[in-house]
Amino acid sequence: MPAIPLAKAPQPAATDPAQIRNFCIIAHIDHGKSTLADRMLGITEVVDPRNMREQYLDRMDIERERGITIKSQAVRLPWRSGIDGHEYILNMIDTPGHVDFTYEVSRSLAASEGAVLLVDCAQGIEAQTLANLYLAMENNLKIIPVLNKIDLPAAQPDKFAAELAKLIGCEPSDCLRVSGKTGDGVADLLDQIVAQIPAPKGDANAPARALIFDSVYDVYRGVVTYVRVVDGHLSARDQIQMFSTGVRHEMLEVGVISPEPVPSKGLGVGEVGYLITGVKDVRQSRVGDTVTNYNNPTKTPLAGYKDPKPMVFSGLYPLDGADYPLLREALDKLQLNDAALVYEPESSAALGFGFRCGFLGLLHMEIVRERLERESNLSLISTAPNVVYQVVLDDGKSVTVTNPSEFPEGKIVSVEEPIVRSTILAPSEFIGAIMELCQQRRGVLLGMDYLSEDRVEIRYTLPLAEIVFDFFDKLKSSTRGYASLDYEAIGDAEGDLVKVDILLQGEPVDAFSAIVHRDKAYAYGLMMTGKLRQLIPRQQFEVPIQAAIGARIIARETISAIRKDVLAKCYGGDISRKRKLLEKQKEGKKRMKMVGRVEVPQEAFVAALATDADIDKAKADRK
Amino acid sequence: MSALSFYVHVPYCLRRCGYCDFNTYTPTELLHNGTLETVSGDYVDAVIREIELARNYAGVEVPSIFFGGGTPSLLPAPTLGRVIEALRQGWQISEDCEITLEANPDSVNSEKLIQLREVGFNRISFGMQSAKAHVLKVLDRTHRPENVSIAVEAARSAGFESVSLDLIYGTPGESLEDWRFSVETALALGVDHLSAYALIVEVGTKLATQIKRGELAMPIDDLMADMYLLVDQLCEDAGLSWYELSNWSKPGHASRHNTAYWKNANWWGLGPGAHSHIDGIRWWNVKHPTQYTSALLAGNSPEKDREVLTHSQQSDESIMLSIRMKQGIELSTLAPGQQDRVEEYSRSGHLDRDRWEQGFLQLTPQGRLIADRIVRELVV
Repeated sequence: MPAIPLAKAPQPAATDPAQIRNFCIIAHIDHGKSTLADRMLGITEVVDPRNMREQYLDRMDIERERGITIKSQAVRLPWRSGIDGHEYILNMIDTPGHVDFTYEVSRSLAASEGAVLLVDCAQGIEAQTLANLYLAMENNLKIIPVLNKIDLPAAQPDKFAAELAKLIGCEPSDCLRVSGKTGDGVADLLDQIVAQIPAPKGDANAPARALIFDSVYDVYRGVVTYVRVVDGHLSARDQIQMFSTGVRHEMLEVGVISPEPVPSKGLGVGEVGYLITGVKDVRQSRVGDTVTNYNNPTKTPLAGYKDPKPMVFSGLYPLDGADYPLLREALDKLQLNDAALVYEPESSAALGFGFRCGFLGLLHMEIVRERLERESNLSLISTAPNVVYQVVLDDGKSVTVTNPSEFPEGKIVSVEEPIVRSTILAPSEFIGAIMELCQQRRGVLLGMDYLSEDRVEIRYTLPLAEIVFDFFDKLKSSTRGYASLDYEAIGDAEGDLVKVDILLQGEPVDAFSAIVHRDKAYAYGLMMTGKLRQLIPRQQFEVPIQAAIGARIIARETISAIRKDVLAKCYGGDISRKRKLLEKQKEGKKRMKMVGRVEVPQEAFVAALATDADIDKAKADRK
Repeated sequence: MSALSFYVHVPYCLRRCGYCDFNTYTPTELLHNGTLETVSGDYVDAVIREIELARNYAGVEVPSIFFGGGTPSLLPAPTLGRVIEALRQGWQISEDCEITLEANPDSVNSEKLIQLREVGFNRISFGMQSAKAHVLKVLDRTHRPENVSIAVEAARSAGFESVSLDLIYGTPGESLEDWRFSVETALALGVDHLSAYALIVEVGTKLATQIKRGELAMPIDDLMADMYLLVDQLCEDAGLSWYELSNWSKPGHASRHNTAYWKNANWWGLGPGAHSHIDGIRWWNVKHPTQYTSALLAGNSPEKDREVLTHSQQSDESIMLSIRMKQGIELSTLAPGQQDRVEEYSRSGHLDRDRWEQGFLQLTPQGRLIADRIVRELVV
């Protein structure tokens, strides 16, 4: 058997780098990465068949449900090569699969010498996979192209082998063919990882340098930091130091994941494992930072460390104002595990007290919101996402705006907004639809390439603001779900941007203010006033709803005064029933928000801020 | 306690109307091949047993008795008379006690009306609902519109002191002109009292199903509002003035019994599903007639459940009920915050300006149309 019992396998801190292979798997959501990983755990026998479960490495409910990996993992797999018969240690470094986490992906790649490019051979490569593939190639990783799901009836391995070959510059015959589901080809893949991916190189005698590629907060153990040792050696008795902060930490435990944590004496050159130092907050153990020895520190950190920079902002408010302290607690807790999440308190006249939160991107935002709601049992309203604007005033002052309601009044010289370079992969029949959508969103075409006969890569620059609202949903719906999207920030550019306010009876409702391109201000005003007219119940007086740029009204709707709000009958048996209804309505009234004299039900805010896709989803949930 | 009114619930109808969700049953619903006689045989015995349960409060004056349903006029006059008689045994029932019967225009004739008068009824309320055949059809009513005038005439001849009609507005397909015709027809009969109710679509009724399926559509609220303002105007013009949101009467003909509900007086509800209120306690009987009679005939109480009202519940109820009355709410009984919250309604035409100055919250016709909203402002 090519599997080696753990006790007999080369041990951590005592493994020759020549025996080590570090690799990651680059794959799109649902292309079968987790299933393949499960299969690798099984075939190397690190997991007993009795303990095996699906998506073994995905720890969070949300990861299993959505089939995505948010946090990475690193598993040590002993393997005897079927080619040369020698013993090897394979470290599989699981990577997050989404564009929002490009930086995390880049660190996982930096911890590896090779990458398995895993593509579903019924679907072909997706934009994010392509982006990550380019990232891997830039990092000089050895790429092993693998076609997964060859057992599927719809599999087209020849077609996609040709596509991959063209992308990587290899022969179609170099693409391995596996089925994570049946296990077909997986042993061969492990052998090829040994044969093709270079062993790690490093100076065992140099001061220790280890790259942090992930850090995870654990309720019982504090922060667990995942590292790849580049030079030197980390031992269980060391004091360590984080290069970026200079802070010293006691090493409480060092070990490897196989796939449960196994403490070890230490970690040597090329090895991958975890550290526990008693730190309680992932921001003290940042992805990309260099871990070194406190008593013998390195002078040169590993390259590539960056502070995570939030790109998308949204206000999060508890539906019930009394839950504000709970929301704060929940955010504090989440931040322990999410160094990229930033937030600060803000208050909205319409929504009460909440937080302005910054996220890496849309998925990050969705995940944070979902985790807050699920793990802390909160009901939240989120305002429409927006990007960061740089506004220059005529007095020369520059203002950073992360919330449309902070958009400065007065004379504005210029407004700059973030621009991204986006890549869209889709079947060629949708080129027209995609171009139309991108044009509508102020896109500028950069170029287009055919990946194969009927699949294209289209590149656009787009203002990030145009992507953050519902671009992805629209892209999916106009391409029957086939298109995939990736983007990266490329800087800021000036835009003809204005703030549109929405007024109820003359009072601006801060939650509905938006910064939009001047050409779209009217459409936004029309859409929002129309929506609100449907959503806000009639009041005892007429309520005008207006959209305005500064003092100029650009759209108007009117809610006519209510004329009837009474139950005609109230006799003996009706009284209890009517009083109970009244008691219920009293509770309902507490959830009403007052905008001036206008009562707006909470649901109206939620519905007005929802995208079309949210509404479809809510409808589907109800069914 | 100085007074106790009685309500008697008669839970039978020959057929159920499409909009009705009252606690009423047809004979065949209660018994396979049942007839009115077989299913209601021991009903009055049970009611008389329940009257015995009220003995604790015996001796006080009874200002009103009201037989509602269902269709109480289906039962023979002597049967109904037994209930009145049983009450006379225990309570002071004076000459001017108001004793009302709810009646279907089709279920009475001159002879029966004379009998009813003889056993003690002095007020009768006919379910007219509409004078338009197409409206009655949608409401699923079986009576012919012309029967109403015959029944009113016969009631007058029999010597009823007060005759009332019930109307419903806002039926699918009913126009403002249809409604005007119904109200004018009713008023032309010279009745003493008129009740007009906006149609409510109750869950589980045939009407609700028809609306859900899109076979019928409810009118918009604005039309309902116009219909209300129209009936109010026509009544006032005819000398019937409003005394409660949905009720108009000639002087001296306001329903004393219903006024007891709105003034939170004490009353005992006899019969299945009937509600009672005595001194801040409300209770109600089991709903099903068979359960009701078998409980009482076995010597048990038919009470299903009760609630003891807290102080704040009592005050909410008092606001919710008294605002419906012409007399309205005395401002001095409201907290200053409550007054402030509704003051704007006195400027928007929903509260009578002069009465406000005099220290009363009295709804204008427009105000009556949004009474529940004003109540919500008051009880927060």
